[in-house]
Formats: sequence, C-alpha cells, structure tokens
Amino acid sequence: MSSDGVVKTEAADMGRRRFLTTTTAVVGAIGAGYVAVPFLSSWMPSKKALAAGAPVEADISKLELGQAIKVEWRGKSVVIVRRSEDVLNTLSQIEDVLLDPKSDVVEQQPTYANNEYRSINKEILVLLSVCTHLGCSPTYLPEVKADWSGGFICPCHGSKFDMAGRVYKGMPAPTNLIVPPHQYLSESRILIGVDEGEQG
Amino acid sequence: MSDNKGTFIEWLDARFPATKVWKEHISEYYAPKNFNFWYIFGGLAIVVLVNQILTGIWLTMNYTPTAEGAFASVEFIMRDVNWGWLLRYMHSTGASAFFVVIYLHMLRGIMYGSYKAPRELLWVFGMIIYVLLMAEAFMGYLLPWGQMSFWGAQVIINLFGAIPFIGEDLTLWIRGDYVISGATLTRFFALHVVAVPIAIILMVFLHLVALHKVGSNNPDGIEIKDNKDENGIPRDGIPFHPYYTVKDTMATVGFLIFFCAAIFFAPEMGGYFLEPPNFLPADSLTTPDHIAPVWYFTPFYAILRAIPSIAGSAFPGVAAMGLAIVFLFLLPWLDKSEVRSIRYRGWMFKLALLLFCISFVILGYLGMQQPTEGKTLVARIATAIYFLFFLAMPWYTKVDKTKPVPERVTH
Repeated sequence: MSSDGVVKTEAADMGRRRFLTTTTAVVGAIGAGYVAVPFLSSWMPSKKALAAGAPVEADISKLELGQAIKVEWRGKSVVIVRRSEDVLNTLSQIEDVLLDPKSDVVEQQPTYANNEYRSINKEILVLLSVCTHLGCSPTYLPEVKADWSGGFICPCHGSKFDMAGRVYKGMPAPTNLIVPPHQYLSESRILIGVDEGEQG
Repeated sequence: MSDNKGTFIEWLDARFPATKVWKEHISEYYAPKNFNFWYIFGGLAIVVLVNQILTGIWLTMNYTPTAEGAFASVEFIMRDVNWGWLLRYMHSTGASAFFVVIYLHMLRGIMYGSYKAPRELLWVFGMIIYVLLMAEAFMGYLLPWGQMSFWGAQVIINLFGAIPFIGEDLTLWIRGDYVISGATLTRFFALHVVAVPIAIILMVFLHLVALHKVGSNNPDGIEIKDNKDENGIPRDGIPFHPYYTVKDTMATVGFLIFFCAAIFFAPEMGGYFLEPPNFLPADSLTTPDHIAPVWYFTPFYAILRAIPSIAGSAFPGVAAMGLAIVFLFLLPWLDKSEVRSIRYRGWMFKLALLLFCISFVILGYLGMQQPTEGKTLVARIATAIYFLFFLAMPWYTKVDKTKPVPERVTH
C-alpha cells in the first residue's frame, strides 16, 4: 500500500491506469457539458416569448404636434412624438452640449434614421423609451424652459435627452436612446420591429 | 461511556456519532472566555436564517409565482390568510434584520482581525454567504411583483448588460424574455425558494466547520490554543455549552425585542424595508419617479452611480460595484499587520476603519437619494475613501505602530 491507499503491485500498469482515469474523467466532463445544455438553454426566451416579440403597428393619424404616444413592443415602451418645426430647428442649436450629436454610435439607430432628426419622417420621432443607462423609461418633458429645450429625463438617475433622443454630456447614460427598427406602412401607420424595406 | 451501558444513547452512538459530535462541537468546544457584545451576531444570523426558512416555507403555501397572480396572492396573504400578514412581515423584516446582523458580524471580523491567518477561508466562506444572501434578497424582492420589484430588478439585471460583448445576450438569458416577465418571475422564485437557500445552508455549514477547525478569534486577537493546561484545554477557553448557549439565548431575547417592535409597529420602516411603489402592481410601461434599491444594497448602488460612464459604456460603474465586494474577499491578504485586534493596532488602522465605516454609511444614504451634482460629488469622495481603505491597506497596516499583545486574554 502506498500512502494514497492505492495498491501498487508489479503487475499494475500505472501508465495504463492513469490513461484510463484521465480519459474517463475527460469523457465524463464532456458528457456533463452536454447535459448542461438543456439546463442553460431553457433559460433563453421560450417560443411563446419569441412570438410575443413580433412587430406591432401604431396609428399616428391622431397624433397632435408636441404630443407623444406610447406603444408596447417586446414588453418595452416605444414612444412616438410629433415634433413641430420649432423643435426641429432647435436640434442643431444645442449640439455642443450633447455627447453624440451626429449619432456616431451606429448601433443606436438604423441607417435610415441616422440623420439630423434621427427619424425617417423628420416630424415623427420613434424611440425606444428605455434609458441606455439601466433601462428605466425616461419621462417626456416637452415644455421649453430657460434651461431646457424639451426632451426626456430619466426618473432613475436623471439622464437627460433632447427631442431627438440624444443624450446630454455628463449624464449617467452613456449613449443616445435607441431608435427601434420601424417602417411606414402608410403615412399614418408605423410598423415597429421590422426594418424599412423588409417584410413584416 | 460506561454510564451509558444499555441506554438508547449507547445504541445511537454505535450507529451515529451523536455524543462525539455533541462533545466536540458543543459541550467540549472551547471558545475564548472574553467574547464581548460583538460576538452575538453570528448566533443571531442563525436565528434569522431559521426565521426566513420557516416563514418562507409558509409563504410559498399561499403565494402564486406567476406574473398574473403574484401581486394578488401577496395581498391575499396579507388580508385573507390567517396570520398571513404576520408571516409575511416576519419574512420581509427578517430580510432587513439579516443584513443588519450580517453587517455588524462583518464589522466585528474587521475590527478584531478575525480574517487573518489561519482564518482566511473562514472569512471567504462568510463572504460567499454574504454574496448568496444578496442574490437571495434581490430575487426575493421581485416576487411580490410590485412596481419597485419590477423596476429594481430591471436596473440590476441591466447591470449585466453593461458587460462588454456578452452583456446583451446575458441579460436576455437571465430574463428569459425581452423584458422582465413571468418567465423571469418563475425562475427567480425557483432560485429564491430552492437553489439559493440550499447553497446558503451548505455554506453556513462549511463556515461552521472551518470555524471549529481554527477556533474563534476574540477581542484580543490572540490564540487561546497557544496556552493550554495539562488536559489540553485552553486556559482562556470555556465550553460553548452552557456558557455561550446562554449568552446567545440572552442575545436572541434582546434581538427579538427589536425585531418584534419592527414587525408590529413599523413593518415598512417608513419605506426602508418595504418601499411605497411596491404597493402598486408591476407595470412595464411606467417607471416609478424614483427608483432606489432596499437600504442594504444602497452603498453599492451609490458607488455604481458615482462612477461616470467611459467611452459610451456604463461598464466602469458596474465593475466598480463588483470590485467593492471583491476587495472584501481579499481582506486577509491586504492586511499586513502583525496584530489582529484593533485594541493593539495604531492610529492609522483605527482612522482608516472609522473613515471606511463613515463612507459606507454616507454611500448607503446617498444610494437612496435622487442624484444631484453635489450629492454625486460626495458619493465620489466616499467611493474613493471606500476603495482607499483596501488599496492602501497593505501600506498603512505595515507602517502602523502596534502595541504589545498580551499573553492571556483580557476583558
């Protein structure tokens, strides 16, 4: 008997024994890895949750100037705002206090909304109402004041966004609000969740 | 054990080490005789753990873990189930009590250097329990499915989203949906009720095994095992039972006075134990005006908010919050002092610990408040102090002038 309690006779082939132990352990570990797949994968969204993530339609025919409506897409709220000419004009004037005025972070909007107004139709702003900091829903505050030219303020950590969803400098939120994929089915109907030019 | 001949105990001992374990860990387990007030919190943590498990089991009997039914079932427990309100308040107050007791228990460990060799693993096991406890509390807070449950979880789960590359997919995996939904609720329920409690109980067991291997530290921070009498019993040790069982019972009575006062007179504790927005059902389209975690998380939350985002990523804040906990794990190796107890340390450690405690409390307060520029500045200073306590520790514990340590324990 050796100190570890394993019988070592002359007949025992230690190399063979070590090989068998190692291969058994390795094969067992691979097997365990495969067994882990259903456990880990079952945490991903179910078929039902995936189906509930389908595109939604919004009717903007009754949306007044300055008014905002919210629609639910994938359980998140999407805010749609009709912006006046005055509001659109202020967008270019406040660029020096914004973090990313030119929408250089390309993931935050589809290419068809990567323009001065961050929208397809310049009047209509479509934004995911989910703060890019930690996911709260920013409050729409359109009233212009001396130190506020309208936009969104996050109730959680005070991040401020302008009327194009662009974040101000020095905020907890690191980047602009997301413009979700969307397309116009007609002048007054928007389909949210499908990119322009794609089939819904 | 001749006096046990033919008795049930003898029959039992032949099949199970009942007497042996009793002696080794209770009646002939020698603990230092100079334990003071600070040594009651480990025992109290066990009391609270038992309270949480018992009331938790009873709550599951009437709770419905679905997005549609959760909020209503909690109201059902509060209004219609016999004594349901008491069971629920015992559980919700118990959660806060757990953290009160654990924070004081940890402070005791830091004051008396209880993490220093050979008790590093004991400390690490304790820290693992602390992390598990945070996970348990966080997941439990989602279950009532109120507004703060929902949005608090939203904020915390999105913390993982700030991790580069895998963040987005990781949050989707944790939630099981594009948003916190019934899928998230049911998995949190399973983890809160089954998985994490099992892990906590296992770790508490290992914590105690490690404790009984190395023996308790004491307010003098000296080893009582270095001075044994002719029978091999530490001269400064007294048997755990009856001496400390009586002391712990006394402590439990005192604790229960405060605990019951909270349950019966202030179960919401003015919004600190149960936050007002949580009396509204979860609504994924409306964020409460002010989101703050429950008080025991707020110091770390304040650290998260104090760190500005860098290069379009909120990851630095998340990383800082994680590091704030990682550094606690590393205490045994950061502390280079020759003595354990604060009694024999110099002014530098005392000052450092005082500043650390003050900054922790300030961060805890700021984490509940709406951020303003002034408050963010204070949070940044407090965060700096918090981290300096750890980062500078190898230096100040080394140069700090220590006093001579006594041979025998003092009172």
